[in-house]
Order: sequence, then structure tokens, then C-alpha cells
Amino acid sequence: MAVPLPGDKTVVAQNYPLYIRSVPTESELKFHYMVHTSLDVVDEKISAMGKALVDQRELYLGLLYPTEDYKVYGYVTNSKVKFVMVVDSSNTALRDNEIRSMFRKLHNSYTDVMCNPFYNPGDRIQSRAFDSMVTSMMVQVC
Amino acid sequence: MSWTPCFLSMLSTLVLGVSVPPGALDCWVFLSCLEVLQRIEGCCDRVQIDSNIAHTVGLWSYATEKLKSLGYLCGLVSEKGPNSEDLNRTVDLLAGLGAERPETANTAQSPYKKLKEALSSVEAFEKHYLDLSHATIEMYTSIGRIRSAKFVGKDLAEFYMRKKSPQKAEVYLQGALKNYLAEGWALPVTHTRKQLAECQKRLGQIENYLQTSSLLASDCHLTEEERESFCREILSFAGRQTDSPGHKIVLPLHSFAHLRDLRFTPPNAVVHVGGVLSVEITVCSQMPVPVQVEQIAIHVHFSIEKNNYRKTAEWLTKHRAAGGLVSFPTEAAPCPAPQSSLPALELCEMFERSPSDNSLNTTGIICKNVHMLLRRQESGAALEASTGVALEDGAHVLKCTSVTLEPGANTITFRTQAREPGTYTLRQLCASLGPVCFVLPHIHPPVQYDVYSQEPQLRVEPLADSLLAGIPQKVKFTVTTGHYTVKNGDSLQLSNIEAMLILCHAENRAVIYSNTREKASDAALRVQSSDKVTSISLPAAPAYHMIEFELEVLSLPSAPAAGGESAVLGTTEPHWKHRDTQKASHSMATTDHRVSIDCPWSIYSTVIALTFSMPFRTTHSLLSAGTRKYVQVCVQNLSELDFHLSDSNLVAAGDSSDLRLVPLHTDSQQHVRSEQAAFFVWELKWTREPPPPLHGQFSVGFSPASEQRLSVSLKPYTYEFQVDNFFTLYSVTAEISPPPGAELCKTGALCSLEVTITRLADLLEVDKDEALTESAEYFSTKLMYEVVDNSSNWAVCGKSSGVVSMPVCARATHRVHMEVMPLFAGYLPLPDVRLFKYLPHHSAHSSQLDADSWIENDGLSVDKHVDEQLDSSSIRSRGSGHSAASSEHKGLPMPRLQALPPGQVFNCSAGTQVLVVPSKDDHVLEVSVT
Repeated sequence: MAVPLPGDKTVVAQNYPLYIRSVPTESELKFHYMVHTSLDVVDEKISAMGKALVDQRELYLGLLYPTEDYKVYGYVTNSKVKFVMVVDSSNTALRDNEIRSMFRKLHNSYTDVMCNPFYNPGDRIQSRAFDSMVTSMMVQVC
Repeated sequence: MSWTPCFLSMLSTLVLGVSVPPGALDCWVFLSCLEVLQRIEGCCDRVQIDSNIAHTVGLWSYATEKLKSLGYLCGLVSEKGPNSEDLNRTVDLLAGLGAERPETANTAQSPYKKLKEALSSVEAFEKHYLDLSHATIEMYTSIGRIRSAKFVGKDLAEFYMRKKSPQKAEVYLQGALKNYLAEGWALPVTHTRKQLAECQKRLGQIENYLQTSSLLASDCHLTEEERESFCREILSFAGRQTDSPGHKIVLPLHSFAHLRDLRFTPPNAVVHVGGVLSVEITVCSQMPVPVQVEQIAIHVHFSIEKNNYRKTAEWLTKHRAAGGLVSFPTEAAPCPAPQSSLPALELCEMFERSPSDNSLNTTGIICKNVHMLLRRQESGAALEASTGVALEDGAHVLKCTSVTLEPGANTITFRTQAREPGTYTLRQLCASLGPVCFVLPHIHPPVQYDVYSQEPQLRVEPLADSLLAGIPQKVKFTVTTGHYTVKNGDSLQLSNIEAMLILCHAENRAVIYSNTREKASDAALRVQSSDKVTSISLPAAPAYHMIEFELEVLSLPSAPAAGGESAVLGTTEPHWKHRDTQKASHSMATTDHRVSIDCPWSIYSTVIALTFSMPFRTTHSLLSAGTRKYVQVCVQNLSELDFHLSDSNLVAAGDSSDLRLVPLHTDSQQHVRSEQAAFFVWELKWTREPPPPLHGQFSVGFSPASEQRLSVSLKPYTYEFQVDNFFTLYSVTAEISPPPGAELCKTGALCSLEVTITRLADLLEVDKDEALTESAEYFSTKLMYEVVDNSSNWAVCGKSSGVVSMPVCARATHRVHMEVMPLFAGYLPLPDVRLFKYLPHHSAHSSQLDADSWIENDGLSVDKHVDEQLDSSSIRSRGSGHSAASSEHKGLPMPRLQALPPGQVFNCSAGTQVLVVPSKDDHVLEVSVT
């Protein structure tokens, strides 16, 4: 079961990882490629709903695309910080609602990180609280 | 049209439960994808398909992926072609496909035929795979999914690598790498670089390969073994003997090592010609193993900036910050974070108010540097730019040979001897390993050091803030040797001037300092004085050192200027007077002494001006008590030192036989502290009346209170002054008496003021002026009296001044009565009575003589004019009359008043007070608060 959870921030055309983590570390590279490619779809979805009013916008982007073994979900905050989650497609326990709540948890935790006055927006996230939250989420899913 | 993902997910879930031979599933998926795509193409027109690429491209990519995996499975991608096992598997798969369904059997292009064809031969597979891949990449690119396109491109590159055509693979790898670098994805970057390194190695692009290798060797995402192997690649290349020895491979330094800081010794990075400068750099090697570097060099740019004050020795040695350490910012780490190049947002608030009632219309935040933030990011090219690293060739290079760079921080020290004066800017850092050079093209922030050459210099400055005249003062001599080496026997020749002595002591010592103000040695100083010249022999000192020593000087002002017959030497006040007037009265009078010094290094003499200040200011005043006279001399100490004053003496020069001065002060010694004054009083007595004018010569010995024993005897301080006409001629008495019937004066009630002016002497020489008139039996002079009350205690009723004719003979008295009214109650001082000599007007100005007659003539002419033109316009006559009147007024001569010298009038009632009681019917009480 692999859940790489990168938070991706967009500044104009830049999509660099703020945080990326995956459980089976041996196939980390594959997930990096997968998440990176999925940003195309995220960008597409964001630009498609760009005209919608900000407060009415749905942050959860839903399933970005499926592959044979994994499902890739996306989420974008109001400040265009992107969250991408890759889950094993055999895991049927993860329905849309669970994914949604996981994203919400991630978002809350990310907001906490941003509230840290010593955190420089745009830096890689090195918060221990964020780490432990992601770990607990991964453990719960597995 | 979002059924594509649904379809795909359905496919994937359906397939999972069934167990099939390897590849069968791939075949099925491939076929299904192509079937679906064909069906879509069949029912939609071209425009619709184009607009739905976003939905169909997933299937294309899926099909490509499956074909690829089938190809790998069946050995169609390998270099040698499929082996027997691969062939068996292919046959199995083809058999598993079964027969083509009848509805498509007749079409030329069907997914079934495609798959069958692709699996049947290596060439056909290549053709189909390339077709599919290119189509997918094209589609992705057209809808803007660049990342996905790059990912498919990477797969394609892998395929090309297997097919032994690295030149085709390189384009895709470079493209993907550029994308990953721009977005800062470290792991994909490392992986792609690894592939690229392999590709470049096969292509024989040595420079690019070595550069990629150096990047990989410093990549922390790789394992230690991998890094070492890449590092060894570089080292082995560097160790190889090249055919063309002149050829160098120039690589950027940042992947190999990183310059962390740089330190100069001396810390201000300023050295004199011939001095030694050392530059210590800290380089962090990013290689996993120690690297033996043949040479590390810093290329230096040399520039001469002449006629620039900032490059002179004085400025450089004083003003350059002694930091010494220059830190360089860490360059982009293995995973570059592109956001670091973005400037911070500069926001400011904005309020827009309506112009009519100033109410707030809009508020907002304005970003001031939008143009910086929204600039198009020209990423990629700059991030891995390897081109343009040019090796600068300059004559000035700091070198360090055979250095071993351990992983991590290394300290390398360069030493250089400064030769030519000028500014040296460090430009490039270059580490060479055989033919490989790692170059840091620009050292930023700019670092430079300066080399200066200095002329020898002599500076003479007082130790204290100002030098005081009359007492020994220390003066510091500083010889900055510059490029001159002071030899034994070199001496400074000071031309003596009379008014300034150089006091020689036996134990004068000179201290020699090095350029960095460290004490090098000290030596005895020999000072020899002759009539004209004082010679100071300097101790031997090397170039760029400083010799410092102190000498005592004593300023002796020249002999008294006001030629007195007495041979009193010493400071004279009149000598300073003319300077004194120019300066503020409270500052000290100064005198300049110019000393010319001959230095051994120059044929010209140095002229040094020393300014001495007089520590004292002296004033005198004449005091009267009736006819008795006193002279007071006030000596004010302006300096910061305390002084002892002794042997004060006042001598009347000239006709001294008629005047006698009796000192009224008793102490022979007086102590005068800083900023305080001492007073001396003499009573003036005379034997002959009237007494002659007094030419006073005051002298007082002084010595600083802090120094008890002085090696030299000090000259006394003198002051000359003159007092004329001090003999009392008139005595003035004023008396206020209450109104008749009352006991005391009351506010608001008129009192009588009686002023009595009494002549005390007979006709004297001083009375002989224009005011003196001679009548039959006596002389008389005209005096004007004036009653003035400056403190507004009294209101003078009626005339407050008048002219009296005073007979010039002893005991002649004139009384004046006046009415004054006290305005306040209490003890009030009497109003002042002033006495002036009244000089008649006709003798006032010789140039304006006959002013009266001129007025008369003018008046006559006016009259005549009016008479003549009686019936003419009145305006004109009035105008002329007016002009006459105004000129008359202007030309009116006023009688002159001459104040009597203070000694000639004695005011008997000065200081007396009168008691004034408040009147009972005072209803209004005036309170003034000041």
C-alpha cells in the first residue's frame, strides 16, 4: 500500500514538491514520477474551474486518473497548494468520502505548518507534527 | 465525456481476479484500448476528436505502455533480438488471441492485426511502438500535459538506449531533465541524470559526460557506491594521458565543490608593496572520496586606479573594514528550489477616498514588484548551463599545488607577495585535475585586495587638544616610513625659531611600530640643539613602519611689541589683540609657529604649523570712591589646567614718580582654577594734581598647578594697559524727598528729586574743548544731565533732561529739581542721573558748515517762489514747499553729546534706595508676572 502525499505549490508555472512521502520506499521513484505526471491533470482541473467563484469552489478534485494498480486523487487549496494522494486501487475500503476526509486532515495540518512564524512559505515542510500526522494516516490506511 | 477513467478503472478491477499467463492481460488491454479508440474515431468527426483529446489521450498512453511491456516481455526491444524463450512466449500470446472476429477481419487496419504484426518481428514492433509513442507525445503536448509527454518521452528514450541509438535518446532525456530541474523534483532528476550519463558516455560526449558525472557524484540521493563510481569516472579520465596536452576540459565548479568562505590576512585586505598577503579559502568538496587536485588557482584581475583618493594609503589603512572574512552564499543545493530566486512580495496598502466628503471608497493592497514576480520564468536554460564557462587567462594568478580535497570542508591558503600597487579583484577559482578543470566562473560577491605604496611622511601633532603658550607642552612626532628605509644616522633637522624652544631631555625614547600597529622595538632618541637647528637622529627602521616619539616644546612669544623701556620679557597682551578681535571673546587668543623640518627622504623641507593658545585673558577696570581711585586687574583662566599665580606686580611706566600704586591684595600666591578668574586691586595715589595718565604694566608669574617642578624657568605673563582722565571732576548727588507734609513717599504721589552737580576741580587741561566758554570772570562749560529710570520704578514728570552751564571752578554747584512719581511700593533704587558734555552744534561737522544759512536761503527762495507765482497752481507751490521742509529737517544739525570718561564723574548716590509705601486708595493692584 503506497500513499505518497506530496503537497505541491504552484507559483505561475512552478510545481516543486513541498513534502513527499511514500510507504514502500523501494518504489519511491515510481511514485515521484507518477505524482509529477499527475500535476498535469491537476493543472488542467484548476484551469477548468478557474472562473468559478472562490468561496464556491470545491477543493477536492476527485480521482485524477487511474492506473492499473493505483488511484491518484487530487486536492487544491485556495492558495493553489496542491495535494496529491496515490492509493492502491485494490484497497476498496477507501471510498471517495474517506479520501476527502484524509485530504481535509492534510489541509488542516498544512494550515498549522503555515501558521508557524518560522516557516518560510515555499520551503520544504520539515514539521514533526505534519510528519506524524502523515505517518498516522498511512498506518491507518494500510 | 468522463468515461475514459471509468473505463480504465473498470478494466483494471475486472482483470485483477483472473489468473492468466504473463502478457495475456497486456494484450487484452492493448486491444481493448485500440478498439475503443477506433470506435470513437468511427462515430465522431475530426473536430470532435480533437476537442476530446484530453479524454482519449489516457487510452493512447495506456496502449503505448502495454505495447512497451509486451515488447520487453517478448524480447523485441533487446539488442540481439528475441531468444527462443521469448519466441515461445510470443507464440503462446499470439495463439491466445485467437482468431480475429469476422466484422474486422476484412479491414486493412484493425487492432488485432496491429498487435499481431507488432509481435511478429522486431522491426514491426519498433515501427508500431514509435508510431504510438509519437502520437501520444504529440497529443499530450497539444493539450498542454507537458509532464506526461516528458514521461512518455523518457520511456521512448529508454527504448532507444536499448536499441543502441543514444543520439535519439539524448533529446528526450535532456527535455525531461530540464522539466524536472525546473520544478525541483530531486529523485526524477537523479534518475534521469543517471540515464543521461549512460547516454552521453555512449555518445562519447566527454565534457558533458564528465559534468553529469560530477553532478551525480555530488548527488546525495544516490548511494555511496554509485557516487564513488561516478567520481572514479572523472578521476580515471583525469589520470589518462591525453594526446593533445593543450586541450582542457572546463567544467563548472559548483557540482564538484563549493566555495564557502574566504579570509584575508591582514584582515583589511590591504598590503603595502612588498608585503605578504595570504588568502585562506574554505572549499567544501562534494565528492564522496578524497580527490587529489594538481592545482588550485585564483585568477586575479589587476587594475590601477590612479588619482583616486580611495586608493591612497591613508584611506585604505584607515577606512577598510577589518572584517577579513567573506562568506559566499550556498549555491543551489542538489535539489534546486526555484522559489529562492523569486523576490519577496512588496506590499503596501492603498486607500481611495471620495473627493467630496473624504469617506473611504475603496481599500486594497498593492503589490509593488509585480513586474518581478510575474516575469516569465526562463527556466531550464539557466539551471544547467554548462556552456560559457570560459577560463580567463591573466598574468595574476594565486596558485596552490597538489592539494587533497577531502569530502567536506577544506582549507587552502594562498600566499602572495604584493608587487605593483593597485586593486586586485579575485575573479575565478579553478581546480585542475590533469586535463579537467573545475572552474567557478565568477566569485560573487566580489572580493578584492589592495596593494599600496606610500611616500614617507612626517606628522606632528599636539598630545592635548590644544597647545598652551608659556608652559612646556608635549608634541607627538610620527614618522611613517612608507617605502623609505630609515638608516642609522638619518635625522630630522628642525629649524629653530626664537619664539619656540624645543626642550631636550636626556631620556627621550622613540617607539617603532610595524604597519599593523604592533610595537616592534624602541630606541633612545638623540636630540642635539645648536643655535639654528635642532637635530633629531632617528633610529633605524624598516620600510612601512612607524616611528613615534614625543618632544616638549615651549612657546615664547616675541618681546613686547609696545616698546617699553623696561626689558621685561614675556607674553604681551597687545601682541595678541588683533587676533583676539577676530575670534569670539571667550575663546583663547592663539599664535602660530611655523617650524620647517628637513627630512632625510626629501630635498624639500616640511613646514609644520603649531598653534599655541594663551591660557589667560586679562581685563582691567578703574574703580572710584569719591576722588580716590583704584585699579582692578582681572586674570581669567580659559584653559583646562589649574595655575598658580605668583609675584603679581603692577608698574606705572612713564612718569612714575607722580603715581604710586599700593597693592590691596595680600596673598603673594594665588591659585586660579580652570575657567575661573583671579582679581588684583591697587589703589592709585598721586602726588601732583591732576595726575598724569597711567600706563600700567601688569605682570604675574604662572606655572601649572599639577607640575610642581619644572625643568625650565617660565616667563611671567604681562599685560599692558592705559587709563586716562581718571581724575574726578564732577560729583553727582541725587536725593528724593517725599511731598511736603508726608513722611514717606507714596506710590502715585509726586515726590521731588533734587540733583546736585558739584565741580571738584579748577580748570584743567581736559576741560579745554569746544564746550568751554569764557566769560568776564570765569570759564564755564555746558553739561547735559539726563534722568533715566531703566527699571520703570519711577515716572519722571516734566523734563527729564536739561543743559546746564557749569562754571569751571572748584566747589561750583548746580542744583536741579524734578518731580518724579514712584510706580511701585518698596525700597526703590534711585533713577540714574547721567552727565554728558554738551558740545555746540556749529562745531559739529566741518563739512556741513553754514547749515543754518543754507536753510535760511532755501526758505527765502521758497518764499520768493511763492510770491512770484501767487496765482499758479497751489499744488506745485505746496510741493516745492514740502520739499524744502523735508530738506530742512534732514539738514538740521544736532548738538553733540559726549560722554564723560567714567573716572571723571562720581555718582555719590549710586546704590541708595528710597522707601515707598503703597497708597491707601489704590484700588487697582497690578500684578505682573515675568
